[in-house]
Amino acid sequence: MGETIIKVLVAKPGLDGHDRGAKIVARSLREAGMDVIYTGIRQTPDMIVSAAIDEDVDVIGLSILSGAHLELFKQILDSLSEQNRDDILIVAGGIIPEEDRIMLKEMGVAHIFGPGTPTKEIALFIKNACNNLKN
Amino acid sequence: MKSNSKSNWIKNVLQPTIKRRIERKPDFDNRSGIKLETVYDHTDATQSNLGYPGEYPYTRGLQPNMYRGKVWTMRQYAGLASAEESNERYKFLLNSGQSGLSVAFDLPTQTGYDSDHPLALGEIGRAGVPISSLADMEVLFKEIPLNKVTTSMTINSTASILLAMYIALAKKQNIPLDQIGGTVQNDILKEYIARGTYIFPPTPSMRLVTDLFQYCAEQVPKWNTISISGYHMREAGATAVQELAFTFSNAVEYVQSAINAGLDVDSFAPRLSFFFVAQSDLFEEVSKFRAARRMWANIMRNHFKAKNPRSWMCRFHTQTAGVTLTAQQPDNNVVRSTLQGLSAILGGTQSLHVNSRDEALSLPTPESAELSLRTQQILAHETRITDTVDPLGGSYYIENLTDQIELKANSYIDQIKDMGGALGAIQQGFQIKEIHDSAYKLQQDVENNHETVVGVNAFQTTDPTIIPIQRIDPDQTKNQLKRLAKVKSERNPDEVEKRLHALRMAASSTQNIMPFMIDAVENYVTVGEISDALRSVFGEQKEFSPF
Repeated sequence: MGETIIKVLVAKPGLDGHDRGAKIVARSLREAGMDVIYTGIRQTPDMIVSAAIDEDVDVIGLSILSGAHLELFKQILDSLSEQNRDDILIVAGGIIPEEDRIMLKEMGVAHIFGPGTPTKEIALFIKNACNNLKN
Repeated sequence: MKSNSKSNWIKNVLQPTIKRRIERKPDFDNRSGIKLETVYDHTDATQSNLGYPGEYPYTRGLQPNMYRGKVWTMRQYAGLASAEESNERYKFLLNSGQSGLSVAFDLPTQTGYDSDHPLALGEIGRAGVPISSLADMEVLFKEIPLNKVTTSMTINSTASILLAMYIALAKKQNIPLDQIGGTVQNDILKEYIARGTYIFPPTPSMRLVTDLFQYCAEQVPKWNTISISGYHMREAGATAVQELAFTFSNAVEYVQSAINAGLDVDSFAPRLSFFFVAQSDLFEEVSKFRAARRMWANIMRNHFKAKNPRSWMCRFHTQTAGVTLTAQQPDNNVVRSTLQGLSAILGGTQSLHVNSRDEALSLPTPESAELSLRTQQILAHETRITDTVDPLGGSYYIENLTDQIELKANSYIDQIKDMGGALGAIQQGFQIKEIHDSAYKLQQDVENNHETVVGVNAFQTTDPTIIPIQRIDPDQTKNQLKRLAKVKSERNPDEVEKRLHALRMAASSTQNIMPFMIDAVENYVTVGEISDALRSVFGEQKEFSPF
């Protein structure tokens, strides 16, 4: 049996239009062999959750630079667990202060990639995490 | 023995050296793809018509004596969680020697939602100050006489609403409109390309822009009606050449659409201003600023046939580069921002914002924002770089680079012209793709160590640096929501509806919309209500060319 292709939704919750990072991550994950959907900017938590479920993704990558991460991520995670989709791996990136990372991890975000993270590291993390989930 | 020409020197002196010891890099291309030579001489500097500062084409500076007359305006962009807190910060900055205000608005204000809208959740007061009604604006400028400061407002799709509020406030302070000065960014085209705070489709958006041009030309003569911005496109990944090319093709689109709306070019062109970044490639940035002045002077004089020399002048604000700030070893950012600020001054900027060391982590603390202002003051008063005009002018390298940047940017502009101008190119996703490709290439070069970022892919330290973070006090958000609820409950709903109806009518007609905006905000109609009225007439724009 061949390796299954990891399906990723790269999403930008909130109102900020800074999409440089999200697009770079989307493209580099695609080049790392994943199936990547990019939502575009200004997505509400509902839009992100329904896109993730409709597309049946393995991973959601959230990118946010506006500072609204605590409120918006909570909505996304709550809504996923209401729909029994806690199995979807959540990773995030953007301008997120160190102290908030702890809170986000407690909320269920698997990893937060800070500014300057090499894209290879992100791809590797996702591959390993998805393999672990399957085993 | 002395070489009698560059080619002889290359053959007899340089080549043997390179053969003995290989150079650091296989090529020395800069990010704009310009091949840099080992050394430049008079044969590389072809600009015979360099001229003098204060004269067309202004390559060397807009004023004849530049900073010998007065140094640039130190304008630090700031907007805190609430109108009250921002007002305190502005008064502190003005008392610390800052010469102008620069207002950052939060994202709901920028995208036409009141603080009580569901989409404002988590965003109120984050990226700047929340302004929903004139009541917030009254608090924001409390005890600041509007004829004593100039105010730059970073606001685009809702620019006419916020300007209407500023005008309403001036009237309340009994200040004649010809005595208020400042800038609205009002540059919607670059929002479609890079920054993302658009609301309406391009055609009605361009109409709002030109309505504002016309209203100010007649009523608020000292107002800069637009700040045509390369900054955000560059931050999104553009090269220096792309920054100039995309900025000026947008500028041409605005000028043409104002002319098409029946305005005389010299009636509005002197109030157009620009906004560029200062990145880390110091000589490229200095050359870019010089090329920008020359390009704009040529566009306005030769293409648009403007007669007033003020219409030819590319006046610009500069901000150091947010994208170059690193979360790793954040104190290094002070050094980066200082050098970037230096390039803006050597390039002859009219005003400057120096970023703070903590901005890769959060909004700046008051301490780091003050350090940015002190950086500017040291550059202005201790380095003596202000004592002569265009100090790098005549350098073979700088002149060659200035020429090459101009040439490359012009060929991009021609390419965009063939796509139907800036708007046509936007609709085809051209600029977005070009910018993304540049950003992706840089990312790869950093990951492959072809570009060095100190503290990130070289000279790393293992201890994460924890620095104090600027936090948002939740009470500030509650105050904002309370004030908005009070404003909404105290208004006469019939009066509000009357203004919204008038706005919708004006929006469907060809009348200038500004007087209707002013009348609405004076009656405490909110940013969200006005935006909704316009949405119902204009419709909403979806993202161009989602990746």
